[in-house]
Amino acid sequence: MTNRDTGTPTERNTPRVATGVDVGETQRLSARRRERLMSIGSPLGLLLAWELAAQFGLIDVRFFPAPSTITSALIELTRTGELIEHVAISLQRIALGFMLGGIPAVIIGISMGISRPVRALIDPLISATFPIPKSAILPFILLIFGLGEMSKVVMVAIGVFFPIAINATAGVLQINPIYLDVGKSFKASKWDTFRTIALPGALPFIMTGVKLGAGIALILIAVTEMVGAKSGIGYMIWSAWEIFAVSKMYVGLFTIALIGFAVTFLLREIERWVIRWKPDP
Amino acid sequence: MNAPDKPPAKIQIRSLVKRFQNLIAVDDVSLDIAEGTFFAIVGPSGCGKTTMLRILGGLETVTSGTVEIARPKPGRPQYSMIFQGDSIFPWMTVWDNAAYGLRMRKAPADEIKASVSMWLDRTGLTRFSGHYPHQLSGGMRQRVSIARAFANDPEVLLMDEPFSALDEQNRTILQQELLRIWEVDKKTVVFITHSVDEAVTLADKIMVMTASPGRTKSIIDVELERPRNVLELRNDPRYGKIVYGIWGHLKDEVERARA
Repeated sequence: MTNRDTGTPTERNTPRVATGVDVGETQRLSARRRERLMSIGSPLGLLLAWELAAQFGLIDVRFFPAPSTITSALIELTRTGELIEHVAISLQRIALGFMLGGIPAVIIGISMGISRPVRALIDPLISATFPIPKSAILPFILLIFGLGEMSKVVMVAIGVFFPIAINATAGVLQINPIYLDVGKSFKASKWDTFRTIALPGALPFIMTGVKLGAGIALILIAVTEMVGAKSGIGYMIWSAWEIFAVSKMYVGLFTIALIGFAVTFLLREIERWVIRWKPDP
Repeated sequence: MNAPDKPPAKIQIRSLVKRFQNLIAVDDVSLDIAEGTFFAIVGPSGCGKTTMLRILGGLETVTSGTVEIARPKPGRPQYSMIFQGDSIFPWMTVWDNAAYGLRMRKAPADEIKASVSMWLDRTGLTRFSGHYPHQLSGGMRQRVSIARAFANDPEVLLMDEPFSALDEQNRTILQQELLRIWEVDKKTVVFITHSVDEAVTLADKIMVMTASPGRTKSIIDVELERPRNVLELRNDPRYGKIVYGIWGHLKDEVERARA
């Protein structure tokens, strides 16, 4: 039991310290903190190795420009406002697509959960169309909606519709039937049953659908903007490739990853608030 | 459902039959329950007592026969039900749960506020009105269910083994509380239970049902004065005698149900 003066009370009680050996700085860190450091360290290490390899000519900087080069491209693109513009238009398409696809998905999904006839009617349609890769219908969507904004929004809408609708139905079906009895017993109208029982009861599942939908939306917006757009983050990545502006392409990749991260974080916070009535989400 | 002339009873059941495919759950039950009676139905499991309550509560249809609940005040709901086990909505606060019935029948906001706060007070839940059910114990959750039913101010209260999921101590406490709040305005109650003790403790009249098919075996008057004290009652020799008497009626049925 040496080094008592340096250990925190909890660490003092761990068997590791109790070995009596003079422990070094890293060994005294709790396992958890060490893991956290490692997970921050691995990407930083990779970036460092990449930078050094580029500086010393070990990799071809035409394909793998140094992180410092990419960073200056990022700063330049931010300064001119070009990056912000592309990000804004992509986010707008995603948001509109989410509304266009998500709201009907919740309504249809819950209706399918409540009503057997509705389920019998719509379930085959969903089962038949769900397996079609959404990217494969892009030409069809372009044909119908043209090259304007609508085709991008519709692609996102189609992508988010399925996971949200399917999860909403599953969410209603897992609601304990006693709650529907309670609604019936207190003479809840159809609308009230939807509003006060089916929707809140299915919300944890719907949120799962929304999170899945967000991932799909990002994939689809990138693909759609590469093919039929003159703006957006997907377009930026694609056009950078076409003119061989490799650093700019990397900036696009980095940005879309950041958007994905931000959306995930935001949805997790929304979920925590929306289902705050659950014991431990 | 409303009888045109003065009804002879608050609840009138005539030749009620309920059949599920080839199972006869309730077989030719006729029954009058007078206004203000605390009426308990006991019987072995599977005797159709819950089915009967669900028919009274509009959750099941009858195969044949009639069920009538007198409703002198047209605006008032006919019944509120207290369910077995957890039935309060986990996504609503205690307040919103208690207000549910009133909101579903579009009661005016001030009436909702007055009624809910009164019943949360009577059930000792005022402090918890902003809590969600998962923050409450099982006994507290069942209190919310009781408050929800009483706050709705129905003609009759239907209770389906409301305390069966609770432990012994909580059950005793809640029985006493139910008696206390019931005695304020003595609404007609139909109370389903498998516990003879519980039926004798709470009820004015007890109907013993036979095992499937469910029929009326006998109806017993519980001549114990009110207000009752749940604990003192157990020390009353009349209490033991009534419980013993009912077991006499029930014994054959339980054995028949097991056979």
